[in-house]
Amino acid sequence: MEHQEHVIERYERAWIFFGLAMITAFIILVGYLMLTMGNTNPVSVGRIDPTKVRTEGDFANPRVEQVGNEYVAYIQAFSFGYLPTEMRFKAGRRVTFYITSPDVQHGFQVENTNINVQVIPGEIAKVSYTFTRPGTYRIICNEYCGIGHASMLSQLIVEP
Amino acid sequence: MAVQTLTRFDAYAAAPEKKYALYMMMLGFAALALGTFFGPLQAFNYGGLDLYPFLKPVFQNYYQGLTLHGVLNAIVFTQLFAQTIMVYLPARELGLRPNMKLAWLSFWMALGGLLIAAIPLLLNEASVLYTFYPPLKAHWAFYTGAAIFVLSSYVSIYLALDLWWRWRRANPGKITPLVTYMAVTFWLMWLLASLGLVVEVLFLIPWALGVLPGVDPLLTRTLFWYTGHPIVYFWLLPAYTLAYTTLPKLAGGKLVSDPLARLVFLLFLLFSVPVGFHHQFADPGIAPYWKFIHTVLTMMVAVPSLITAFTVAASLEVAGRANGGRGLLGWIAALPWSNPTVLAFLLGFLAFIPGGAGGIVNASFNLNQNVHNTVWIPGHFHLQVGTLVTMAAMGTAFWLIPHLTGKPLVARGLAVASQWLWFIGMFIMTFALHWMGFLYAIPRRSHIAASPLAMEAYKESAPWMVLNIVSGIILLVAAVLFFYVIFATALQSRREPSKVMAEVPFTEVISKPEGSGLVRLTERVGFWFGLAVLLVVLAYGPVLFELFTNMKPVPGMRLW
Repeated sequence: MEHQEHVIERYERAWIFFGLAMITAFIILVGYLMLTMGNTNPVSVGRIDPTKVRTEGDFANPRVEQVGNEYVAYIQAFSFGYLPTEMRFKAGRRVTFYITSPDVQHGFQVENTNINVQVIPGEIAKVSYTFTRPGTYRIICNEYCGIGHASMLSQLIVEP
Repeated sequence: MAVQTLTRFDAYAAAPEKKYALYMMMLGFAALALGTFFGPLQAFNYGGLDLYPFLKPVFQNYYQGLTLHGVLNAIVFTQLFAQTIMVYLPARELGLRPNMKLAWLSFWMALGGLLIAAIPLLLNEASVLYTFYPPLKAHWAFYTGAAIFVLSSYVSIYLALDLWWRWRRANPGKITPLVTYMAVTFWLMWLLASLGLVVEVLFLIPWALGVLPGVDPLLTRTLFWYTGHPIVYFWLLPAYTLAYTTLPKLAGGKLVSDPLARLVFLLFLLFSVPVGFHHQFADPGIAPYWKFIHTVLTMMVAVPSLITAFTVAASLEVAGRANGGRGLLGWIAALPWSNPTVLAFLLGFLAFIPGGAGGIVNASFNLNQNVHNTVWIPGHFHLQVGTLVTMAAMGTAFWLIPHLTGKPLVARGLAVASQWLWFIGMFIMTFALHWMGFLYAIPRRSHIAASPLAMEAYKESAPWMVLNIVSGIILLVAAVLFFYVIFATALQSRREPSKVMAEVPFTEVISKPEGSGLVRLTERVGFWFGLAVLLVVLAYGPVLFELFTNMKPVPGMRLW
């Protein structure tokens, strides 16, 4: 038993060292990617009264605007759909989405991209992305928002 | 020994805490039985098969079923099991009786809270899912019942600490026995972790009653996840406690290291709570550097689980070799796989390995973007809570019900079968969900089977959907077998005196706590709790301060 105990302790130390090294490597990688690859996590660019989203300000007129060589999109995610209903972008140009909700929480995930926003009433989320592949991308609500949640789907089109 | 029938009175006369533990646990399993019934319906939904129309008029819709599934399985069952294990085991270890008046108070609070919350749930007045997420607005009775239910755990906190204090007064200078140490750190962690939910409910109840015109969705989200991630350790640690202190003995071996087991629970006390922002990586309104800090702290919580993986595996190896297993892997075959308790833990831990790896993905600031709110997430947590935690509870019930009641386990073969089927069903289901979420961005909590639009959109994942149907059927059979075994065991009239007298199978340890410098350090529980509070204040304080001072209340809505 004495011998067994020493053997186990040696392996134990090695395992703990391995675990800590692995975790440290993950943290460094996550930090490195965050600093260099562009942070695609949504940020807040201010707050808004959700009861006025439909009547006042940029979101009362949901739209895509071309600004120079880039696009800016103002999007309402509401129960149970998205406005504007049609969005078209040229591939290779940067798109900045501004998204908010006039009612409850929603999701704004664009499949096969890093765009995945938790849409919170009262918050204006901003996220930027450059589509490189032309095609039709589904927009999916991935936060429970009521009885019609599963049918809250839309799409955007990236043209070559 | 001749079989002899004892009266109910005799079985509990020497140990009334056994009756408390039995009632608490069986209430938990009753909740699990109802909640689990909705599980296969969820799995069928993700296979494109909608059975909810057949449940009308008793159950109105998918989201009501999903709310019942989440609330009963993940809040009610898990908390009641913790209140059973983390009070009964330290009481037996110390040889002390918990304060029985308060123990029953906690039981009646839990039952009362559950019934109050159940009414709006069953009437479809509270289909706001496990996460609540205002401004979806449930009936006030739902929040009130949930609050009373959670507050019953505060009585359990006192029960465990009171046992410890009484033991310390009688044994000055001695090292706290292991199970009690685990229970004390566990309940202190929960005391700190549950504050978020308690404060959230203080907003939600007056809002649901119409006293407050609105609540701030970002603030309540943040308060929810303040509790909502540590709650997973609240589920997990009773399973760990049992794996450390009873599993090696049941498998025929010994626990490898007592000091390391204490270190694991101490690390959970320190790092469990300040991690909730990793559920909010996709939220606007919280600055990226705070999210990164929580990424780092979440990664740190993986360390005690990695140590546990080693210690539990090593203890099982000791058991396998003691049973005659030889060679590099021969000890695995020599483990008592026919013992339903040991089997449940072995299979649960097998599922925990891919579950833990997926957890590191979710906690990674940038990888999370690909899986946030997709079915990958329920795939992930069904490996942890659905498989390891639930299987630890099911496996433990196989020895604990006979131990508490003196009634022998019925249909042992069915008990073994239920665990294999549960494991296989969960493995197939979570495998399918992970890929459906990752490859096709299929959203979680979504009644896709009732939406032709959604079924058309996700049709590429049809092969994975079939796996969901298969797993739903397997899991339904597993659940029926399991609940038959435990309720038939508990409700039979046969009692055996030898079972009534049986001790809790506490394991021996190889590396003892005496003389360990590490153990002397871990004994300063007050200091470590203070440090845990400080860490939470640093990791949450500035963000919460800003949210509290800039509230933007939003009116409530009912959209289901």
